[in-house]
Parts: sequence; C-alpha cells; structure tokens
Amino acid sequence: MDRTVPDRAGWQHAHFAAVALLMTASVVVVFGVVPGERTMGVVQRIFYFHVPSALCAFLGVGLCAAFSALYLWRKDDRWDLLAHASAELATLFCTIVLVTGPIWARPVWGVWWTGEVRLTSTLVLWLILVGYLVLRSSAENADQAARWGAVVAIIAALDIPIIYKSVEWWRGLHPRVLRATGGQGLDPAMEKTLLLCSVTFFLLFAYLLGQRYRLGLLARDVEVLTHAARRAAASGPGAQP
Amino acid sequence: MNYWRIAALVALRDIRSELRSREQIATLLFFSLLVLVVFNFAFDFTVIDFVALGPGILWVVFSFAGVLSISRSFQQEREEDRMQGVLLAPVDPSAFFLGKVAANTLFIAAVEAIVVPLSILLFNFRFGPAVGLVILALALNTIGFAAVGSLFACMTTRTRRGELLLPLLLFPAAVPLALAAVKTTGHLLAGRPLERVTGWLGLSAAYDLIFLAAAVLLFDHVVEE
Repeated sequence: MDRTVPDRAGWQHAHFAAVALLMTASVVVVFGVVPGERTMGVVQRIFYFHVPSALCAFLGVGLCAAFSALYLWRKDDRWDLLAHASAELATLFCTIVLVTGPIWARPVWGVWWTGEVRLTSTLVLWLILVGYLVLRSSAENADQAARWGAVVAIIAALDIPIIYKSVEWWRGLHPRVLRATGGQGLDPAMEKTLLLCSVTFFLLFAYLLGQRYRLGLLARDVEVLTHAARRAAASGPGAQP
Repeated sequence: MNYWRIAALVALRDIRSELRSREQIATLLFFSLLVLVVFNFAFDFTVIDFVALGPGILWVVFSFAGVLSISRSFQQEREEDRMQGVLLAPVDPSAFFLGKVAANTLFIAAVEAIVVPLSILLFNFRFGPAVGLVILALALNTIGFAAVGSLFACMTTRTRRGELLLPLLLFPAAVPLALAAVKTTGHLLAGRPLERVTGWLGLSAAYDLIFLAAAVLLFDHVVEE
C-alpha cells in the first residue's frame, strides 16, 4: 500500500468552519434580512434552499459522470470513489429538492404534487440515481461495481438532458424565476441572497464530497489490511514451525 | 471474422433458438394479452375515448413485454454460460452486443405486430392512412428500448437482484422514448397534422443513435473480467 490517506486536518477544519459560518449567515439573511415576497408570504423563503439544492444535485450528476469517464480511462479506483461520492450527494440534494418543492407548492399551487415538467423530470432523475446506487450495491465485487457504475453514470448523464427536454415538450408550468423576462425578474436583494445560499451549498457539497472520499479511501485501506492480516494469520504460524 | 457478420450470427442464433423452442414469444404474447385485458377491465371504454388512453396502454404493454424479453434473453446467456464462450472468442464484444440488440428488437417487434392488430379488435379504433408512420414510430422506439435495455440487462442479470433491477434502471432511462411513443401514436390516432409528430420522431431517432453509439463504446467495460 503505497498510497496513504492525506490528512490535511487544518484545511478540513477551516472548510468546516467556513460552511458553518456561511450556513448561519444564510439562515439569518433568508429569514431576517431579505424582504418577503408579496403574494406567497413566508413559504417563498424555501426558494433559497430549494434552488441551491437543485444546483448541487446537477453538480453531483455532472461530477459523477466526469469522474466515471476518468475512471474508465485511467482505471484508478480513486476516481471511482469520487464518482460514487458525487452520486450519493446528488441523491441527497435531489431528495432535498423533492421535499422542499411540495412544501412550497401546497400553499402556492394548492397541491402537493402535479404532473408538471420539472417535478416529473426531477423525480425521474432521482429514480435514476437510486437505480445507480442499487446497481452498485448489488454488484459482486468492488471492481464490477466501479465499472458498471461508471457505465450507468455516463449513460445517465447523456440521458438526463434528453429527459428534461422531452418532458418540457410534453407540457409546461414551472415558475421561471431565474430567466424571466419583463417585469417578473428577481429583486436585487433576493438575487444576492440566492447567490449567498448557492455559495454556501456548493461549499457544503465540496466538504461532504471530501469527507466521503476520505472515508472511501480509509474503508479501502481497512479492507486491504484485513485481507493481508487474514492471509498472514492463515499461512504464518502453521507453515513455519 | 467481419464485425457485422458476428453481430448477424449472434442475432440469428437467438432467432433460431427461439424458432425451435417457441417459448419466449408465446409467453410474451399471452402476457401482453393479459395486460390488455386488465386495462379493458380497469377502464370502461364505452365511456372513455380510446384515443386518449390507448397510446399509453399500448406503450405500457410493450415496455413490460420488452423488459421481460430482454431480461430473459440475457438470463439464457448466463444459465448456459453462452456469453462466456462468446467473450473467450477473439471477437469484439460490442458485435455480440449489437446482435443481442437486433434479436431483442425483433422479438419485441413480433409482439407488437400481433398486439397492435389485436388491440384494434379489442378497443375498436383505427389508424387510418397514418399506419406507416405508426410502424416507423414503433420501430424507432423499440430499437432504443432494446439498446439501452440490453446494455443494462447484461449487468443486472449478473447481480443478486437480477430481474428486479432491470426495470428499475431501464424505465427511468427510457422516459424520452415513452413520451415520444405515446405522443406520436396519440397524434396519429387523433388524425392531427404531420408537423405534430416529426419532432417526436426526430427525438426517438436521435435517442437511438446516441445510445446505440454510447452502448457500443461502453460495452467492453461491462463485460471485461
């Protein structure tokens, strides 16, 4: 085992502190500083967590596909650990999107769920992510899980834009806050708040990715050491009198 | 041996074995008929217009039959260790994959060729002059479904969860095909103008090309041991 898990405890603590600080600031700004929306009331503020989570989910899917391609090219299992961690985080943030969405939709649209475009495609995205994780966990060994996971991740990354486009063709109704034209755009204060929350969530994503990656490396090292110890115990004292 | 010849040989082998045993197509047909009958009971078609629900019903039948067909076809490879033999031979694994896609497309198409006329009898509707486009739409969507399905089935049939896992991966990935198939058939059944379906047909064709190419490129990584 020539590769050891990098420690970098100082960086990790600094990163954690930054995330904690920004998250507190985000909550304060979202609930105390930014003006409320006129018609929707307080529930509109969930938007500042909903949108950054969606961005993180897409980031996770993109990273997972990129790391998967690197893994298939280089066959270095560290790329696979990163791909797996990205997919897990994409699933986590996609779940947050699917939970916060209906909480907003109930008072504003009057229903928890409709067959609307982005709801449907995000649910499909979530199902694909779950399929990816289930496939990995049902593979026979780590090598198989890595190769198959990479193949599914690349197919999914090609498929997801097509899914979003095709569902959009099928029907449409989601509030287009970010790219609205005319008088319906976002208030500058709201825009800044959204930016703050997005940066916070990206940093949180990066922190979790780093932690998950380190955990993966450690788990792999433990497996290798256990294997070596077992072999030594089996052949050691018995073989040499 | 030539790449395309190997693909054709694999497909012919599957077709010949099916013609001899005749187990798969027959079972798939009875299964499809059963699903149609269930829908016949679930919805009262004396009240509901078939044009509104029919395309969805047909695509559900074909998706279920398709997933069964693909899953069975790779299960056989595994049971008799056939795939091992093919992979040990000095041939490109992706040629084997294309052969499997072709065979599965034909099996699902055979089911469709019987189920569509049957559903015309059962539900009393007509395609009119657009029947050629309906066949084109069915062909395009079946190829894409078989391509992505075969790629996934090659992995899922070798896992502990086996058949359960294939629909879990395939149905979400095939959402664009499902939408395209349902929309195209729906527009054609309702006798709407052609411009309404060309976009969807283009989407299905693009899907087929993208995923056939991606699957051929990635297939080596699925089977390498």
